Amino acid sequence: MSSPHVHLSRRYHFAASHRLHVDALSPERNREVFGKCNNPFGHGHNYVVELTLSGAVDPATGMVTNLSDLDSFAQREMLDLFDHANLNTLEPFLDLVPTTENLCIELWRIFAAYPHANLERIRVEETGNNSFEYFGDGVMPAHEG
Amino acid sequence: MILLTRKADFSAAHFYWNSGWSEEENQRVFGKCANRQGHGHNYTLEVTVAGAVDPVSGFVVDLKQLKEIMEREVVSVYDHRHLNHEVPEFAHTVPTTENIAIAIWRRLDGKIPNSKLHRIRVYETPDLFADFFGEPSATESKPA
Repeated sequence: MSSPHVHLSRRYHFAASHRLHVDALSPERNREVFGKCNNPFGHGHNYVVELTLSGAVDPATGMVTNLSDLDSFAQREMLDLFDHANLNTLEPFLDLVPTTENLCIELWRIFAAYPHANLERIRVEETGNNSFEYFGDGVMPAHEG
Repeated sequence: MILLTRKADFSAAHFYWNSGWSEEENQRVFGKCANRQGHGHNYTLEVTVAGAVDPVSGFVVDLKQLKEIMEREVVSVYDHRHLNHEVPEFAHTVPTTENIAIAIWRRLDGKIPNSKLHRIRVYETPDLFADFFGEPSATESKPA
């Protein structure tokens, strides 16, 4: 029998600032679209990133992926860049408004390169009251949809 | 079709060890989880069942009955136990969160009347959880 396929989810926390602003729009239009999120000096959030990976459970380890590998990857590829940073100053957001939607898509790009399991979902909580999920380009969740 | 989820908590000890490996290899792969004295977690179990709403009761399943089945089949066996030493399915299987989710699926599958087991979610901590949706042959085919 093939090894059972399991989804593993891990949550990471980082704090960052951002400002929602699009240079191509007028100052008035920016304020209209983004409201207080357009305030000139930015503001911040405690972001929570919940990522879901899937794969066959290795019979020798009982694992989809070794958490120490995943945590090292997350530290190096995500937390070292985003924690206590201003998102607008980071390369992915130099020409892209750092909404949490766009952050989800950027985090998908980062974790899609994780070599030891399949990326199924990126979910980002911007605050306890709003969260965003991305399942990759055009793909809806297999089990929850 | 409605999905219904019930939670339960249990606290248990475990350690990670593959008896086919040397001590050094166990330490290398499992790190502090390989400490033979074990360590523990407050686990949270979420059992999700799928079923039609009964037109008379308005229920998918009787929640009291589901609670009793979870208690009898899982919580009474796992709670305040050492998974490696006291729970038979982990005598020769590493009690990772992944394997606990699979084991709980196998304990509950077919035992909940009027519904189909949809998902077992096991939280080892609030920041780490595993989901199991059934054996490979029982799951819907997924896009490659």
